[in-house]
Amino acid sequence: MKLTLKIWRQKNASSSGRLVDYQLDGVSADSSFLEMLDLLNEQLINEGKEPVAFDHDCREGICGMCGMMINGVAHGLRPAVTTCQLHMRHFKDGDTIIVEPWRAKAFPIVKDLIVDRSAFDRIIQAGGFISVTTGSAPDGNVTPVPKTKADLAMDAAACIGCGACVAACPNASATLFTAAKVSHLNLLPQGEVEKYERVARMVATMDAEGFGGCTNIGECTAVCPKSISQDFIARMNGDFIKATLAGITPNGK
Amino acid sequence: MATTTQAVKVGNSPSEATLNSAVPDGPIQEKWGNYCFEMKLVNPANRRKYNLIIVGSGLAGASAAATLAEQGYNVECFCYQDSPRRAHSVAAQGGINAAKNYRYDGDSIYRLFYDTVKGGDYRAREANVYRLAQVSVNIIDQCVAQGVPFAREYGGLLDTRSFGGAQVARTFYARGQTGQQLLLGAYQALERQIGLGQVKMYPRAEMLDVVIVDGRARGIVVRDMVTGKISSHFGDAVVLATGGYANVFYLSTNAKGCNATAIWRAYKRGAFFANPCFTQIHPTCIPPAGEHQSKLTLMSESLRNDGRVWAPRQKGDTRSASRIPESERYYFLEERYPAFGNLVPRDIASRAAKKVVDEGSGVGELKNGVYLDFDDAIKRLGKKVIQERYGNLFDMYLEITGEDAYKTPMRIYPAPHYTMGGLWVDYNLMSTIPGLFVAGEANFSDHGANRLGASALMQGLADGYFVLPYTLGNYLAQTKFDKIDAKHAAFTEAEAKVAEQTKRLLGIKGKRTVESFHRELGNVMWNNCGMGRTEASLKEALTKIPAIRAEFWENVNVPGESNDLNQNLEKAGRVADFMELAELICLDALHRRESCGAHFREEYQTEEGEARRDDENFAYVAAWQFGGDSDVPTLHKEPLTFEYLKLSQRSYK
Repeated sequence: MKLTLKIWRQKNASSSGRLVDYQLDGVSADSSFLEMLDLLNEQLINEGKEPVAFDHDCREGICGMCGMMINGVAHGLRPAVTTCQLHMRHFKDGDTIIVEPWRAKAFPIVKDLIVDRSAFDRIIQAGGFISVTTGSAPDGNVTPVPKTKADLAMDAAACIGCGACVAACPNASATLFTAAKVSHLNLLPQGEVEKYERVARMVATMDAEGFGGCTNIGECTAVCPKSISQDFIARMNGDFIKATLAGITPNGK
Repeated sequence: MATTTQAVKVGNSPSEATLNSAVPDGPIQEKWGNYCFEMKLVNPANRRKYNLIIVGSGLAGASAAATLAEQGYNVECFCYQDSPRRAHSVAAQGGINAAKNYRYDGDSIYRLFYDTVKGGDYRAREANVYRLAQVSVNIIDQCVAQGVPFAREYGGLLDTRSFGGAQVARTFYARGQTGQQLLLGAYQALERQIGLGQVKMYPRAEMLDVVIVDGRARGIVVRDMVTGKISSHFGDAVVLATGGYANVFYLSTNAKGCNATAIWRAYKRGAFFANPCFTQIHPTCIPPAGEHQSKLTLMSESLRNDGRVWAPRQKGDTRSASRIPESERYYFLEERYPAFGNLVPRDIASRAAKKVVDEGSGVGELKNGVYLDFDDAIKRLGKKVIQERYGNLFDMYLEITGEDAYKTPMRIYPAPHYTMGGLWVDYNLMSTIPGLFVAGEANFSDHGANRLGASALMQGLADGYFVLPYTLGNYLAQTKFDKIDAKHAAFTEAEAKVAEQTKRLLGIKGKRTVESFHRELGNVMWNNCGMGRTEASLKEALTKIPAIRAEFWENVNVPGESNDLNQNLEKAGRVADFMELAELICLDALHRRESCGAHFREEYQTEEGEARRDDENFAYVAAWQFGGDSDVPTLHKEPLTFEYLKLSQRSYK
């Protein structure tokens, strides 16, 4: 198939960017979206032009490295897929496709379609863990965990940290990302001990990193490649309120 | 015979000095425990005086970085991705083995040890494998405590399932995302230490050289992948946990960024490379769909618990699967291996599928696959159960192929997946360069000539959580370090070398893209050194690869600049290394005139077409020493002795 691509080009964080038009022919319907961009880049290199920089790695929808706005939708229009898993059979010959990076204050652009998502790592640093040092664990079957709870924790833990939720949110909020990790750990008996400190610290860091607040719009869940439910936001807010009422702040009680 | 040995320089002193495996004395059950007591310790107050460098943040790297930091060492950790959470361990699907025997089905540490050595076709070091089986039980405990959401039974206890090469159900799992969940556990432990200031993390950083001072690894040279800045980092020990090299085949199940650069450059600094030809081809991947294909996607081995592998009995049968009656379906694994059926080890399943396709019974438009059929399982268990077990895999299959595997069987074909070979390490996981430790897939240690499913996660975490934290401390406690800094001549020399290669790559300005060279190399490797290898195919590869390499250095076109984010420059350096490594793989495959595990030399097979080992001549680890850019490498042998397990022909019938 033949496509017209309008792709955001930006040299680095400090320069300004713009959409540039490209014509691409010979795209297989069986190729993935990123394989289509590979084809474009081969063409650009052979024409002596600079290829488009984009993040990608596993190309099987689990590492969370890839992600771009495709015709204005994070990861494109197919529900519950990452950009690397989106295949060209969902486009038509002659289509024009607009490709842009995630746009959020807390995700500064690095180059072209690549953004800096290190704010997510800092949210995890604030409390997205269970404080257990290696070697100190009791036998794995000492504490039974009800299957329903374990399954729900797994639903939340499925987050791949791609940032689509932030990119899709009109407020550029990281609430779904944060809520998924808080819920995963707070649901399990192992995470119970640090439950309230965890939520207080992670929410404070999320705010400090420049993400917007949540106004329950739901774009985040709609674009999430792992369909992380908005219910986890309610769950996190519940824990957050309890922490606040108990006087627990990010710096302790 | 003459031709092979000509190409190989055999180390004339089978070098006890350099290839001492350092396996402790005593009965195998007591080796590790006794050794842990005998090892020298670093006083907790003194640990903060040591700086450790860890390259890679997958299961092995992240778990080692977190644990060593918890112990009080200063750690610097490097990864090429934008976050340590993305290392390719994340993509492991099926599970992690552990000898917990929670099912009371006859499992034990000894059985896991036995299965792993046998599955590896008796080409692994017994003592290492036994230790792996021992610590496997601690891994599960550790991960549960970290909050890894393993699958559970209704009573709340941990669930397990079966994997290839085992007759017990010892594989723990978290849906089809076990690797992701284990990695997030290690990543979170690592982030906790980063938050505490005990680890300094360098994402988007690529290691380009190891620096040796007075015979010891004392640091690395790194390129900042955003700014292009080259910098040196020094420490008291260096750990490489940089994964495997299956991307030498171009199409593999590895992430696009997975590369051999770190271990290859360490090899060129003197670390021996062991068994490079032991490359695993995973049986259940989605077959390529055409020329545009950039990588292959694995469908977890766990699917073989419920899926049945078959192909039409009639060659060139073009009917759709549902129109082929039961009597005309060839369930080749079940028929050929009734005892293990669809759960034979990976090397055996892969070769069986290749045989069927080569004979003309392949399915799909390109006739390049066999079926993995869930019809019986869905009838027996219901769609809901299958969905619960493998839903994400079926979804992924649908996105990639456009086919619904609940209705029509999946099409699968083998693809390069994992590399058992890697840098040679002793029992301490230390390479032939003192102070350079190698963990996880990057080393060669535990899987012999074939890795069993769900054992990679086990090994990565065993190395990082439970082995290195002991053995590295032992090394530090026994070594006197001179004070150095990054101004030392060894660092400036290494930095200059890196800068020079960058300049050279950017200066060629030829006519072909880096990608096209990688594809060409991959084709040669797949056709000549893939699932089946012959003397002729390997010799052909050994003439083709140098030609590709020569053209690369004259005709590659690497666009852009060095002081910028330049993905083609990154890739060019990796492909240059793959081209050199490819030659070593073929050389190793040529010299090993036997078939074992995943290394299948077609000249050496039994009448039933199974791998025929030659224990008399090849029961050793082949460790290669770099001989300089223009000389052939030298082969060193570490003999493998089997005190506990009897060498026997593997049988899964």
